[in-house]
Order: sequence, then structure tokens, then C-alpha cells
Amino acid sequence: MPDADPALTVRDLTVAYNEEPVLWDIDWTVPAGTLTGIVGPNGAGKTTLLQAILGIETPAAGQVRIFGQSYEAARDRVGYVPQRGSVDWDFPTDALDVVLMGLYGRLGWIRRPGAEEKEEAHAALEQVGMADYADRQISQLSGGQQQRVFLARALVQEADLYFMDEPLQGVDATTERALFDLLRTLQQRDCTVVAVHHDLQTVPEYFDRVLLLNVRRIASGPVEEVFTEENLRRTYGGRVGFLRKNESPISDSASAPNRKEESRA
Amino acid sequence: MLDLFSQLLTDYTLRTVALGAATLGIVGGGLGSYAVLRGQSLLGDAISHAALPGIALAFLITGSKAPLPLMLGAAATGIVATLFIIGVTNTTRVPYDSALALALSAFFGVGLVLLTYLQQHAGAAQAGLDSFLFGQAAALVEHDVVVMAVLGGIALLALLLFWKEFKLLAFDPDFGRSLGFPIRMLDIVLTTLLVVAIVIGLQTVGVVLMSAVIVAPAAAARQWTDRLSVMVALAATFGALSGVSGAVVSGATANLPTGPTIVLCMGTVVIVSLLLAPNRGLLWRWWRQWRTSRRLRQERVLYDLYTLAAKHGAGDRPHEAATLDAMVSGSTRTAYVLRRLAEQGLVAETSDERWHLTDEGLEEARRLADKRNLAPDATIDDA
Ligand SMILES: Nc1ncnc2c1ncn2[C@@H]1O[C@H](COP(=O)(O)OP(=O)(O)OP(=O)(O)O)[C@@H](O)[C@H]1O
Ligand SMILES: [Mg+2]
Repeated sequence: MPDADPALTVRDLTVAYNEEPVLWDIDWTVPAGTLTGIVGPNGAGKTTLLQAILGIETPAAGQVRIFGQSYEAARDRVGYVPQRGSVDWDFPTDALDVVLMGLYGRLGWIRRPGAEEKEEAHAALEQVGMADYADRQISQLSGGQQQRVFLARALVQEADLYFMDEPLQGVDATTERALFDLLRTLQQRDCTVVAVHHDLQTVPEYFDRVLLLNVRRIASGPVEEVFTEENLRRTYGGRVGFLRKNESPISDSASAPNRKEESRA
Repeated sequence: MLDLFSQLLTDYTLRTVALGAATLGIVGGGLGSYAVLRGQSLLGDAISHAALPGIALAFLITGSKAPLPLMLGAAATGIVATLFIIGVTNTTRVPYDSALALALSAFFGVGLVLLTYLQQHAGAAQAGLDSFLFGQAAALVEHDVVVMAVLGGIALLALLLFWKEFKLLAFDPDFGRSLGFPIRMLDIVLTTLLVVAIVIGLQTVGVVLMSAVIVAPAAAARQWTDRLSVMVALAATFGALSGVSGAVVSGATANLPTGPTIVLCMGTVVIVSLLLAPNRGLLWRWWRQWRTSRRLRQERVLYDLYTLAAKHGAGDRPHEAATLDAMVSGSTRTAYVLRRLAEQGLVAETSDERWHLTDEGLEEARRLADKRNLAPDATIDDA
């Protein structure tokens, strides 16, 4: 049952850690059932944007609605994959235990995960191809394997809307494809996925929609409309060592100037 | 020594002291595990030093040396110091470690001043207060131990009750927040439990060394396990054992302060753990590395013989050790390795000091090549 409301609406969002805002007046809509990429240079505020949406950072101003509700009300419908570097991987725990954390929200206070939950966690590890590593101490996993454990932890959340911060960081090419197929499967189940992505080459192939971010929203909308040379240059500033396939190298004047406006779905 | 421990069962005073020391060890080890995992080892040090002015103030106000008021005073200034550290770090550019050092020395300094003042003005009753510097287990009475046990028990109970929430807080607070857990609140509660663990040990161990009770058993326990639950249980056990040993030994020896003795026992546990623990222990790692590299050297020589055999089309054609030396660039230990392989029946030496694979060796080499995905012709190098 597709939602009438967009999966995510962000209005006038501004976030500042110190004096300078790291996000300035962001307006952004993510239609339900889409696969949306967020791209932008290091320090553009991609992680901060996700954290502000998820109530981890408090915005200075602005509003976030998830399926038309506040985050608190819609929390059970949201899943999160943090950036891998955000935790201490030497923590004394194993892969299965980390995946189980995805169920803590549903379990509520004090109750511990039982056999049923462990089964679910195992199934999720299976989905990301990590079933054999369930008992492995997490520091003994490779970077890509750690990333997959995080993804499995989000899968057990059984959310309708997923936020993933660089879910493919450090994953090899074959695994990347497999994991993206997984995201497609999620999408076919009417899930909405928002993922920070660094590899510009694969953006058109992987995502339906894209948000180009650098403190401000540079552009957002369907990939074929907004993922242009011109917008990328405005996002990354100056030269982008990247050229889209099947497109002439420099076509400044050719790219439409009015595409910075979000084309609302 | 053994005699001492047998007295534990019969001697009332000794038993009280041992029970008190065990309590502080268990609680300190258990909650210390979280402090260590969250990178807050030094916070424990700041809290315990900052407790001194609280103890002195509590005595000034109440005029009594009852454990509860003193602990309350200690906890109060400990918490104020923690808030000071958090406040300074959040609102100024002073880094966390500097704020810690600042709080520690400032509060401790005030504590020493108050202590000196009390010594000069308040008569004899305060004489025992300076034992809070290095701890005095012998002064423990049953009432003290009961208070310690009740407070510590509550702290441990809370730790067990909110086990999964605290684990989430320690491992991935951002994710916890996205799940809707009040992470800041949990942080405050866990830090308060740490304060409890510290203040109940101050009379026995003293403010100067109390942080070792928080850090040492936990650091030692981390060496032995990769599971949080086992780590907490082990840290509590180490804490209890060191506490009892230290308290008993210092109680039986004249002029041996309790705090340092307990800390010495804990230090011993840490050193043993650093050296011997499986997987993480230094000696253990050295031994495993040595064994692995020996095995890999053997496999390498076996494999070289196999490549040579494949090249010449005959497994039992003998080669000189020097040829094999040359294949593993720069290695001169081939002769030794060959002899070890011969002991296992994988290679054999001919009368003219040349070596060839036995049938068994050939089989083994094939199996290895298969396992490591090496086809002999693909890796023949001309080194
Ligand atoms: N906790 C913090 N305190 C102060 N400044 C911060 C904090 N976290 C991030 N910043 C700053 O905010 C800006 C945006 O950071 P953010 O982590 O959102 O970038 P990002 O787009 O996710 O970058 P990356 O691609 O490197 O992950 C950066 O300039 C960073 O220095
Ligand atoms: Mg980021």
C-alpha cells in the first residue's frame, strides 16, 4: 500500500555545530518507494543531514516530516545505517549481537532479545552474505564485512524508510552489486531508501533520484534531470574529474540553467 | 599467607575488611568495564580526586564520620566535577583531557586545603579523614560494609537491568538515538553508577588510587574475552580477588596502606593478562606468530619442490637445498626446514645431499596448492 504522503519532507532545515551553519535552509522531498542518492564532497553535511532527520542532531531551524508525521511518531518505520567509522570496532561483541541491536527499538526497555530475535538476525546476516561470520568478533571482520553487518542490522528493523550513510564504503565490486540488488529488492517491497554515495560513476545506474548537497541543496530530483555536469560542478566546486558516459566533455552552455529547481514528484 | 586466608573464616575483623574489599572490587570492576570501553578511564580518576573536598565538607557540616554522609559528599563533588568537565568541553575550546586535568587538580587541591584546615581546627575526631588519601581497610566496620554492599548492589542491579540499553550507549549511541532511546539520560545514569562505584571504595582504597580499581580489572578482563558479558563478570572477579588479597595483606602488615596494596594486586593481574591471555596476550601472540611463520616456511619449501617437480615432470627428482634457497629469495634456513619436513616424512634426502618429495609429500603439496589456489605453472618464478 503506497503512501499518499511523501516518505520524507524536509523544510527550511538549518544545522550549525559552531557559528557557521553546516546545513543551510534545506528543502527536500523524497517520494515514497524511490531509491535516492545523496552526493556531495567531504564535509558537505551529508551525515549531518541524516542525523538531523533522525533526531541525533538538533537542528537550529526547520521541520522534518516522515510519512507526514513527526520523527517520534514515525520512528518505528525508519531504519538507519550509520557511517562505519562512527563506532569502535574493537568493542567486545560479535556480528550477530550487533545485528540484534536493530531489534532493540521493537523490544523496548529492559527486555532482552530471545531465540526468535536471534533467528531474525541470522536471516538478515544471510541476506547480506555474512551467515558464516555470525560469531566473529567484529574487529576481526574486514571493512566491507563490517559494512554488511551494519546493513543487516538495518534490515532487521523492517523499516519502510531507510537512511544509509555510505553503505557501500569499502565494499568490493561484486559485493557492491549484490548489496545494491538487495536495496532494489527492498524498493520492490515498497521501501524507500536514501543512501549517501560517493561513487559518481554508479549514481545513474543505482539511483532513481539524487540530492546534490554542499551545505545548501544544490539540486534534487530524478537522476536524469538533475545529475548534470553543471550541477556537479556547482556541488564540488571547480573541476570535477568526472564525465558522464555518453556525454560530451564540456557543455556548459548546453546544460539548462533552470534545473537547479527541484522538480517535485 | 595461607594462614591469613584461613583466618578469613574465623576472624571477624578480617572478614569485615575482606567483604568490604570484595564489594568495592566487584562493583568497581563491573562498572569500570563500561568506563574503559567508553574511553572514560581518566574520568574515573577525576571523579575520585574530586571526591576529597566533598568528604571534608560533609564532615565539616555533619561533624560525623558515618559512611553515608561522607559518601554523599564525595558523590556530590564528584558529580560537580563531571559536570564541570562536560560543561567546559562543550562551551569552550579547551579539549577534554585538559578539562579533566583541570578539574582533577583543582578539586583535589581544594580537598587538601580543607583537610589541612580540619586537622588544625577540628580536634581529634577528624584524624581518620586523611586515611581517605590512601585508604585504610582496617578502619572498616560492619556498618560501612553494609552501606557499601547496598549501594554497590543497587548499582550492579541497574547495570544488569539496563544491560542492552547501556551496551547500545557504549557501542553506537547515534544508532541508539535513532531508535528513540534517551541516550543522554542513559549516559547520565551510567556515569552516576560509576560515581557510586567510586565513592563506595574511597574509604578502603583512597582517592588517589581509586581510579585503578575502575581501570585495572576491566583492562585485564578485556584481554581474555571478546564478549561484553564475560568481560564484566571477569572484571568483577579480578576486582574481588585483588581487593580481598590487598586488604588482607595490608591488614596483616604494619604500616602498609590498603589502597596501594590492592592496586599492586590489580597491577599483577593486569601484567599477567597482558602477557598470557589467549589471542590478545603478548607471549601468546609471539608464540602463535612463530608457529605460523614456521608452518608457512615449511609449506613454501614443499611447494617449491612441487613446482620444480612439475617443471621437470617427475616428483622424485632430487634438488639441492641451495636451489630451494634461491627460490625463496634470500632465505638460508631451507636446510633446517627440509630436515623438519623429512621428520614428517614429506621429503627425503638422497645420498648426495639432495632432496626430493616423497609420495606423501607430493600428495600434501597438491592439497596445499589446491587450497591456496596455486597452479604450479602459474607461479614458477625465476628468482
Ligand atoms: N560533532 C561535530 N562538531 C563540530 N563540527 C562538526 C561535527 N560533525 C561534523 N562537523 C562539521 O560539519 C561539517 C559537515 O560534516 P558531515 O559529517 O555532515 O559531512 P559529510 O558530508 O558527511 O562528509 P563525509 O563525506 O566526509 O562523510 C564538516 O565541516 C564537519 O567538520
Ligand atoms: Mg559523512
